[in-house]
Amino acid sequence: MADGESRLRIRRDGDVTVVEFIDRNILDEANIQAIGDEITSLINESDKPMLLISFANVDHLSSAALGTLITINNRVRDKGGQLRLANIDAQIYEVFVITRLNKLFEIHETTEDALSSFK
Amino acid sequence: MVNGTTGGPVERDVHNDRAEIEAVEHDLLGLAERAGYSKASRFAIRLAFEEAITNAFQHGHRGLDESVPVRVGYEVGPDEVRIWVEDKGKGFRVEDVPDPTLDENLTNPSGRGLMLMKSYMTSVRYNPTGNRVEMVYRRR
Repeated sequence: MADGESRLRIRRDGDVTVVEFIDRNILDEANIQAIGDEITSLINESDKPMLLISFANVDHLSSAALGTLITINNRVRDKGGQLRLANIDAQIYEVFVITRLNKLFEIHETTEDALSSFK
Repeated sequence: MVNGTTGGPVERDVHNDRAEIEAVEHDLLGLAERAGYSKASRFAIRLAFEEAITNAFQHGHRGLDESVPVRVGYEVGPDEVRIWVEDKGKGFRVEDVPDPTLDENLTNPSGRGLMLMKSYMTSVRYNPTGNRVEMVYRRR
């Protein structure tokens, strides 16, 4: 449940903000809202946000979570920033393929690959 | 207490409460696991169940009191899993939901739940009113 505690692990790697999810399942509407709000705050902190979201711990996500990722992507692009996704489990990657969101997002296999892709 | 250890059919009211939804989901997935459905099958069933419940509360019950429950049922058989969700709203027309995979809709944050249900389940059918969905997952 969203209880005011962070649902994310956040660290900096140079100019890049690296975000990992604490929850294995990103399904709960309230949690998704909290995650979206927290990442939006990170985006607002920077003029040109460089954001890497890692799905290393994630087993399940819903279409509402995909919607939040799209909103995040739109905000990053509006500010002239860059967003990368990484460490997506094969089953979840299939969800991105089915929805064609693998065409919208820049997805990398590992955090290292994603970090080296920022321009 | 969630019934259904025999595989169902189980039918009950479910409120828009995360713990209640997860209890039903846990029972459904437990039945599927004991019936030998693979991890990939349970991923598909869980995803479709989540999307159907979310649609029922977020869209079906829009404008209704938050305390109004939806009716959820499921049956886990040796060859297929059947799930149905009925809300108390006015319903909708499936054909009015835009295709989220079209280029012009890719950046739209909503509208992917129904398509994921159709992609992961063997069949997804709505009643004529559009307030009851029945989904079948056939063992692959």
